[in-house]
Amino acid sequence: MIKPMLSAMIAALTVGLAGPAAALQVFACEPEWGALAHEIGGDKVSVYVATTGVQDPHLIQARPSLISKARTADVTVCTGAELEIGWLPMIVSQSANKKIMPGARGVFQPTDYVHLLETPASLDRSQGDIHAGGNPHIQADPRNMIPVGKAMADRFAELDPANAGLYHGRYQTFLGNWQGALKRWQAEAAPLRGVPIAVQHRSWIYLETWLGLRRVIALEPKPGVPASSGYLAQVLEVLKKTPVKMIIRAAYEDDRPSTFVGGRAGVPAVMLPYTIGGTDQAKDLYSLYDDTLSRMLKALK
Amino acid sequence: MPRSASRLAIAVFAAGISATSQANAAPAKPTVTDLATLQQQINALRGDYETKISELETRLKAAEAELAAAHAAATPAPQLAPEASSEVVIADSEAEPSPAAVTPSQNAMNPGVSVVLNGNYVARTRDAAFASIPGFPLSDNAGPERRGLSLGESEVTFGANVDPYLSAALTVSFDGDGGASVEEGFVQTTALPAGLTVKAGRFYSAIGYLNERHGHNWSFIDMPLPYRALLGSQYGDDGVQVRWLAPTPFFLEAGAEIFRGDRFPGGGSDKNRAQAQSLFLHTGSDINDDSSWLGAVSYLHTAARDRVTGADSFSGENGIGIASLVYKWAPGGNPAQRNLTLSGEYFYDRQTGDFNALLAKLNRSGWYAQGVYQFTNRWSLGLRYGSLNGDRPAKVLLKSALDDLGRDPKAITGLLEYDTSEFARLRMQFTHDETDLKANDELRFQYTVVYGPHGAHRY
Repeated sequence: MIKPMLSAMIAALTVGLAGPAAALQVFACEPEWGALAHEIGGDKVSVYVATTGVQDPHLIQARPSLISKARTADVTVCTGAELEIGWLPMIVSQSANKKIMPGARGVFQPTDYVHLLETPASLDRSQGDIHAGGNPHIQADPRNMIPVGKAMADRFAELDPANAGLYHGRYQTFLGNWQGALKRWQAEAAPLRGVPIAVQHRSWIYLETWLGLRRVIALEPKPGVPASSGYLAQVLEVLKKTPVKMIIRAAYEDDRPSTFVGGRAGVPAVMLPYTIGGTDQAKDLYSLYDDTLSRMLKALK
Repeated sequence: MPRSASRLAIAVFAAGISATSQANAAPAKPTVTDLATLQQQINALRGDYETKISELETRLKAAEAELAAAHAAATPAPQLAPEASSEVVIADSEAEPSPAAVTPSQNAMNPGVSVVLNGNYVARTRDAAFASIPGFPLSDNAGPERRGLSLGESEVTFGANVDPYLSAALTVSFDGDGGASVEEGFVQTTALPAGLTVKAGRFYSAIGYLNERHGHNWSFIDMPLPYRALLGSQYGDDGVQVRWLAPTPFFLEAGAEIFRGDRFPGGGSDKNRAQAQSLFLHTGSDINDDSSWLGAVSYLHTAARDRVTGADSFSGENGIGIASLVYKWAPGGNPAQRNLTLSGEYFYDRQTGDFNALLAKLNRSGWYAQGVYQFTNRWSLGLRYGSLNGDRPAKVLLKSALDDLGRDPKAITGLLEYDTSEFARLRMQFTHDETDLKANDELRFQYTVVYGPHGAHRY
């Protein structure tokens, strides 16, 4: 126990003295933003991703390791719109790092650059786990990567002017590749247009919008409130009248509600990666959407 | 629905145009064909147009983003790039949400206000009024809860950033009898360099693991035995704290505090210098995706002048060392369904001074170990064992409150918890307590609710 700790400490000190090789230390809260930061920053950024694809980004423990990573960050790339409100503020305040304190330029929130949907008309906890700014799960629509990528390139350039040209150049390359991919995905996804679906948690509004899916019902009575068996029975009634083609859920979610309802209603329960690492196939930004579409198309057959 | 209708209208319109152009190109084609063909054509065109529309939308969005970025360069505030597609087809019964208007007003800068309420029911085999732990004179805060139904301590916290350099928080606590006290009230720096944070005011010391947490964040209804006996449940006072977070890849934090020294185990301070001081070192890291740990060593020194416990008075010093270890587990790092927290702390207390004007030197210790396991969404079970190790004072003080009578006080506690959400919980706790001369069994029920802005949770 002592020996590995000592060697870890020595290694840490060596790293500390040598200084980071990359120009920008990026603390990304979710894997998709970590991947986008790689696309924009290349080897000029060193990216730490705080969560994995199978973790619920609403509910993360403010672990000591996260605090130490936030301490050395130049910029945080965290979804925002209150997605990380249960843990990130604690990490930021304990990190003692003024670069990433609220209001600092080292705070980059992708939801600031996208028009948010499902903004609640009133705020009250009796409505469940609602987010004042709107639904934060914007990564479900790949088109959002364009304005976010652009803004990210600008922000990286502002924080690290020496490499501004590189960031902007890499954004242009990304934009070209991404538009090509979007065209391909949109063609592939044509059969999904207008398809009625049920969702386990309301984290798919942007996917629904992108693909023209029709959400019939959610398997939780209110956001973040787990369904009772009585509520699921009501859901089954609704599904009898308005059949759906599939029930989708994120990789990090408990599979029981969707498999239960799916089994009863004879509808496939489809687990989607939600983000990179959510499934084995979703290895990077491109394969994330490849896999999302292939899983949905497979369920449609 | 209207959106789909308009899309269809576009498609029909487009079909019309294209049909016209086709008719021009091939006038020989009959104008009346079967409806299915037309339908097919419309569908094909619709698909085609939607692809083109999304393409245009993407380009529009890119252009807008560029415009917004150009704007952002001029003004530091981030600009909104409108989301391209506005198609929303929700068949949910919920009303269509409309964004609330933001009206700047006098209360726009109000601090975040959060409220903690709790209520208790306590049943004990013995009356709390006569409870004591031989060898460990208790401070008023550390006594057991009264029997029967009662409103617990209610807390109101006001917190906000003061300016770009400082944040502040005030927690006022109301006891069930109408007394109010400032539980915490401090300002804290947010912009110091080199990982430094300075806090000043009244606050709970960062010693140990549980000490810094407010009552509503404790894992059990009450604090473990060593905290109750040696720190008067929780050590907080008026003072200054400096913390330094090391720039290491694992968590390493060191800190020091000085306090006025009025609170148990200190007391009666009225000096120019700070009567209590502490040092602490925290470290920890992840073991893998499922588990992580936190370790701490801390030391608190207090000086007391005429500290009163019961009918006794003490003047002298206490030096308390604490070693803490916490382990957390959650499958895949997802605590929502199942998670486990194991923690344990060891306390060593060296007390020297005059107890009722008689020389008293004591070496005492204590420890506890506890585990809380959330076995399914909303439900948790907990188990805790705590024990104290007293000392026998000099002959003249035998049979006094400092005499542990050769006994080792201990208590075992079981807990069942149900959370209605992140913000509310119900607890049932049973304790078999052998701290006093006669054993005591205690059954407690408690509800706790927290409302106001969503606070972030400490590790």
